[in-house]
Amino acid sequence: METLLATHKERLNRGYAPFLIPGLLLFVLVIGLPFLMSIWTSFTKWNGVGPQKFVGFDNYIKAFGDTTFWASFTNNLLMIFAVTVVPGIIGLALAVFLFDYFSRRFSPGITAVVKAGIYLPQILPVAIAGIVWGWILDPNFGAFNGILRAVGLGDLAHDWLGSADTALLSVMAIMVWFQLGYPLVIFLAALQRVDPQVMEAAALDGANWWHRFRIVSYLIRPEILVVVLTTTVYALKLFGPIYVLTRGGPGHATIVPSYFAYQNFFEKANVGYGSAIATLMTLIILGLTILFLRVQAQQEKIEEV
Amino acid sequence: MAEKKKTWASWLALLLLAAVTLLVLSPFVIVAINAFKTPADYAAHGPLAFPAAWNTESLTTFWDRVDFTGKLFNSLYISVTVAVVGVLFALLNAFALGIGKVKGRLWFLVLFILANTLPQETLAYPIYYFAKALHIYGNPVSVILVFIVIQGAFGTYLLSSVFSAFPREMIEAAQVDGANKSTLLWKVVAPVSLPTLAVLFTFFFIWTWNEFFLPLILLPSNAAQTVPIAISVTQGQHNMDATMASASALLGLLPCLIFFLFFQRTLTRGVTAGSIK
Repeated sequence: METLLATHKERLNRGYAPFLIPGLLLFVLVIGLPFLMSIWTSFTKWNGVGPQKFVGFDNYIKAFGDTTFWASFTNNLLMIFAVTVVPGIIGLALAVFLFDYFSRRFSPGITAVVKAGIYLPQILPVAIAGIVWGWILDPNFGAFNGILRAVGLGDLAHDWLGSADTALLSVMAIMVWFQLGYPLVIFLAALQRVDPQVMEAAALDGANWWHRFRIVSYLIRPEILVVVLTTTVYALKLFGPIYVLTRGGPGHATIVPSYFAYQNFFEKANVGYGSAIATLMTLIILGLTILFLRVQAQQEKIEEV
Repeated sequence: MAEKKKTWASWLALLLLAAVTLLVLSPFVIVAINAFKTPADYAAHGPLAFPAAWNTESLTTFWDRVDFTGKLFNSLYISVTVAVVGVLFALLNAFALGIGKVKGRLWFLVLFILANTLPQETLAYPIYYFAKALHIYGNPVSVILVFIVIQGAFGTYLLSSVFSAFPREMIEAAQVDGANKSTLLWKVVAPVSLPTLAVLFTFFFIWTWNEFFLPLILLPSNAAQTVPIAISVTQGQHNMDATMASASALLGLLPCLIFFLFFQRTLTRGVTAGSIK
């Protein structure tokens, strides 16, 4: 009887595979083949039109000796700082503050307005966000220098994006502005799960704010993990704001791997070298994703125990 | 929970929060007020004053210069097509992987997650090359095809996990009644999961609208460009004065503001639906 039932269930489970065919075909065409071609190209010298010439690991060896390549990855680490670390910490502090202090004293409407206001930059295409700031920081007519002059700090007026000493910092500040809403909204949603009584009990036990902050961060660590992974990957892929604001300049002051690969593809016709940079980016991003999935699986195991 | 008493410290907190929020919002305000000035007004009173008269000349000039109507249409056409077909793509895949337990489903899921995590830089040149070979380079179809897969892959992953919690009794009841797989999909699974599909549609639409890298590469001709591309390319080409630059930024961000207000309820519903699951 049992085997009969099993075969019956198996029969019911048949016939689903055909539904996967269009999806898989498109996947192979749009992702699979281009991905393999990109890896192959990274081992060749190619200008995009003629035949591809196999050169082994030459492109990778070239990358490791290339100061522009290293500059792009160093800048990338700083972008992670501006996209993941700073907004993450401020977002977490702000979320806990709103949850544990502010919303007990003021109506939820005010909290909602603060949340929506800080989230607003996130709805823009990041390129448009770049355009907005490119205009505000413009050295000739930009509002920021105008404001500095208006409040008597005219001496500080500066070509913020065009000078090597401030270009990267300016882009980083813009990214903090753009990103802050994302962790804030995710963390505030996560805090809905936290029982307010836990916090009140902690307060009664004499836990100070730092203690309570740590309790909350511990309770919402799955969301913290998700935010850290998604924003780090996002920082590694960052292209739009660099393209719009600085084109990697002045010099190589704001170059990032994504823009460096783009230059090699479409401006310098070094397609092989560009592909090697893209492949290295892929390796880092896949490595991070796998690491993240493992940590996540481990956390779930701990919670089950 | 009773509201606590407001002390001077809590009022200070309110003041600080208001300052932070205003600081974050200030670029929007600055862009909005300067888009409505004449160049002479801007030169005379600077960026912080309100316009002497609300003048739409910069906006209309920029609108005509980039053929903004055409760009809006391009963006809408691409985003809506990707959202509709992308949801369909995710629905078919997730039906096979989440409702049916096709052999090797875990591997298929891993493939689809990878498709969504891969940096577009690694796909860009081959896609550019293939698009040229297939004569769809410069045609919105190229961008549409790519984003159907990239976003549909994310949808597959999400929808499969939603479907794995789909009530089995409903599926078995339909099959005992003699429904074949297509009937099961279109008459049972799709209608029941319509709210989730609507959330996916919204996300796909907005993500596609906001895309920059691949549309920049695949749509070089002015006639086919999307809103974000057209605005940033125009920015680079012309020597724009302050009010015109401000107008272009305002036109770039307005559609997103409208979508945000329009879709806000679907999106919050999406978040709550996710937490119930």
